[in-house]
Amino acid sequence: MGCMCGIAGLYVKSPALEPQLGEHLSRMLEQLSFRGPDSAGVAFYRDPAPAGSCKISLCAANPAPDWTAIGDRLADALGGASPPRVRASHATFVVAAEADDVRSWLSEHHPELRLMSAGSSIEIYKEAGPPGEFVGRFGIDQIDGSHALGHTRMATESRVTTEHSHPFSTGLDLCLVHNGSLSNHNRLRRNLRREGIHFQTDNDSEVAAGYLTWRLREGASLEQALEGCLEDLDGFYTFAVGTSDGFAVLRDPIACKPAVMAETDEWVAMASEYRAISVLPGAQQAVTWEPEPGRVYSWGRAPVA
Amino acid sequence: MAVPDAIQEALSVDLATDSVRVLNQRLHSDLEPRRVQVMNPAGRHSIAVGIAVAHEVEIDGHVGYYCAGMNQLATVRVHGNCGVGVAENMMSGSVIVEGSASQSAGASARGGLLVVHGDASARCGISLKGAEIVVRGSVGHMSAFMAQKGSLVVCGDAGEALGDSLYEARLYVRGSVAELGADCVEKEMRTEHLEHLSQLLERAELDDVQASEFRRYGSARELYNFHVENLGSY
Repeated sequence: MGCMCGIAGLYVKSPALEPQLGEHLSRMLEQLSFRGPDSAGVAFYRDPAPAGSCKISLCAANPAPDWTAIGDRLADALGGASPPRVRASHATFVVAAEADDVRSWLSEHHPELRLMSAGSSIEIYKEAGPPGEFVGRFGIDQIDGSHALGHTRMATESRVTTEHSHPFSTGLDLCLVHNGSLSNHNRLRRNLRREGIHFQTDNDSEVAAGYLTWRLREGASLEQALEGCLEDLDGFYTFAVGTSDGFAVLRDPIACKPAVMAETDEWVAMASEYRAISVLPGAQQAVTWEPEPGRVYSWGRAPVA
Repeated sequence: MAVPDAIQEALSVDLATDSVRVLNQRLHSDLEPRRVQVMNPAGRHSIAVGIAVAHEVEIDGHVGYYCAGMNQLATVRVHGNCGVGVAENMMSGSVIVEGSASQSAGASARGGLLVVHGDASARCGISLKGAEIVVRGSVGHMSAFMAQKGSLVVCGDAGEALGDSLYEARLYVRGSVAELGADCVEKEMRTEHLEHLSQLLERAELDDVQASEFRRYGSARELYNFHVENLGSY
């Protein structure tokens, strides 16, 4: 949540740009840092896990745990796990098991660790603190991938913690970043809890993520789930939703929150403000436009619908 | 547009090296009209705001929020798109956007001319107080909301709630109107309106559209406390 906040999405069409995905997203976040100086977060889609395995991102509170030992225990319990890839307070593992099994094993044996994301290719990193420091500490500019979302947060209603930061995972390989504020999130959270959706915080954006998780679980396509937001969410929002194939964008029908999109032969980008797009290669020649309110836009190797 | 003789040598400001504040202070302190070229705007906010001299400012690229806000006398031309609130509170002069404009273009503007060659999104001309706005493309929802005086010319289509709670501004739309706002109605296009509209299109240097292709909309005057005997003071 946040009345301000900055969001960014970048999808590279050209494989030659994939090694520089993190570098470009970092520059976009830098441009958006004044919209959200409280915390920052990113979701990267990269390096898919082999079939039958899943990739998880974990976050630990201080002090840093023995990630290697945790990896060994994951491997013993679930039939195989990669060594950890550690970035600041986070680590990712590829585990030879279904995501649900990994989740239940973790909540039983390592309740102190927080599962930030699970899926085939998604990795989520986020933390309280200035976006510039976040980028440096996590080495965000070094990460490659096919597409990524980012968020800079200016909190207005709930606390500034890593848990309250974006992106929020909304299911396997799915995540949400939000600029805006929702006014019916308390009732919606109660209803969604009855449907078995879990929430870690009192944050309104997490409710939007939970809503999408629920609609997708009930069989909606991503496009249908997003269109459902227009009916069921009361408030202001520009959403960007990451999927394994690309990302989607939706603005509330009143369009209280800004969004700009741009496309070249090399990439597709969305951001809260054009200045975050201006730092991308060839931005001056990009086709640039403002997404219409209440309409779902999506890009990817496969359609989201 | 003809350049007045008084215009001095051109000034060039590169925002890749100089700050927006340096540019704006220069535009404010230079009391002789100048040609000013602004390079590498890169979506920065508040470029060329608060000018009160008849400068001719050319901006090479896309700008962020509030570009040319509170403009007086100057001509500001943006060779790109604009973020929120271009020419907001303009008093006089003209602002020409060669690309598209984001929300609230020309908000509360009291005078002068704003031309947008692309589209303008939601709330174009909100609370308009006397300026003239000509949009070559279409405008988004809630355009001319509570507009009091001046004109909004839309050569394309208008979004929902056009002219909601309108006072005495004149609205001309060439394409379709998704929905009229409260107290906004279609009105007869009389000779005086055709003449006014032709002049506006000419001032905007749009010669591919004709005044006769437009419909006129205005206030039904049922929502606000309007007394016909006070008409002269509006």
